[in-house]
Order: sequence, then C-alpha cells, then structure tokens
Amino acid sequence: MSVIDTIKEQIESNTILLYMKGTPRFPQCGFSSKSSEALMACGEKFAFVNILENQEIRSELPKYANWPTFPQLWVNGELVGGCDIICEMAESGDLEALVKAAAADKSTESE
Amino acid sequence: MSTAQIIEDKLHAALAISELQIVNESHMHSGPAAESHFKLLLVSEEFVDKGLVKRHQMIYKILADELQNPIHALAMHLYTEEEWQKKNGVVMPSPACKGGSKS
Repeated sequence: MSVIDTIKEQIESNTILLYMKGTPRFPQCGFSSKSSEALMACGEKFAFVNILENQEIRSELPKYANWPTFPQLWVNGELVGGCDIICEMAESGDLEALVKAAAADKSTESE
Repeated sequence: MSTAQIIEDKLHAALAISELQIVNESHMHSGPAAESHFKLLLVSEEFVDKGLVKRHQMIYKILADELQNPIHALAMHLYTEEEWQKKNGVVMPSPACKGGSKS
C-alpha cells in the first residue's frame, strides 16, 4: 500500500484521529501536548498516529492535507485543524460538541 | 532581513490587514535556531465567511517558502475585525516546548 493509501485508510476508518508528535501520554511537542489534552478533556476515545515514528506519513500527509505542520486533527474524514484551531474550539466548547457528535454517529452506525 | 520582517512584508503584500503582530518565540524551544518558532496575530476582513482551516491555508500558502526553511512552527490567530473586537484583544499563549523534534 502506498503511503497516501495508508493515510486515506487511517482517516476513513478512524472517526476521531490525531496525527501528533509523540503519544497522548508522552507528547514530544508542546503543540501536540496541548492538542491531545484538549481532545482527552472531551471524554471520547480517539485514535492517534505518532508521526515521529512514521517518517513517511510525516513527509506525505502535509502535501495530502495542504497543511504543513503537526498536530493535525481529523474528524469524520475532514481536517479540523492544528493546535491553534483545536484550542480555540476547546475554549468555545465547539470541540467537545464536534467530538461528541462524531462519537455518537459512529456508535449509531455500528448498531 | 529578519524572518519576522520577511513574514510581515509578504503578508502585507498579499492581504488587506487591519492588525498584525508577529512574535518570535524561538527562545522558548529546543534547538539552536533563533528564527524557528513564530506566533502570528492577524486581523483581516478577508477572513469573513472563511472557516478556520481555510484561513490557515491562506497564510500557509503566502509563507510556503519560509515554512520550508527556517520556520519550524507558526502559531496563528486569525480573526475578522468583528471577532477580534469580541476577543477584546487577547491571544492565547503558546505552549512550552517538549523538545521531541530537533528537525
């Protein structure tokens, strides 16, 4: 599978997906740390990819997404944004609403 | 010319700007680069009716060369004039560095 196919597959099969540096428990970048904390505070499960251990994804995803930096949050197959957008949405309550709605849709689908 | 000056010139050339602040935050981060991490506050009516992702992509496009090198991180707070007035001129602080990526 090509890297782009892998990325597409990850984005399609994970309703809430964070591409980040490090992991939520051991983030290796302040922006990734802040983003995963905001996401965890929403109280729903989410998938993550540590791009420091996936160099191909690290180099290809920015071109695919038209977004040059990490972290990147993807919900329902769409790019939500990076740390600035995630944190602004967390502050306004929009992030929790988006994440909860996405998680609810997913559980309805699987019933 | 400093990177901050280049950023400022490019943004002014590309957008109608009502407020612009560029902060060099490189000292907060790991690595030797003195011009790697920046924070941008930009208020422009060109953001009206544009989603947050679209606004960021507009800036990424204008600064594409600088984002290759030397910019490693660019925090962006992009508002319309109406949104900026509601914020009362307060921008969120950037996070502290965790030192994971030296590239």
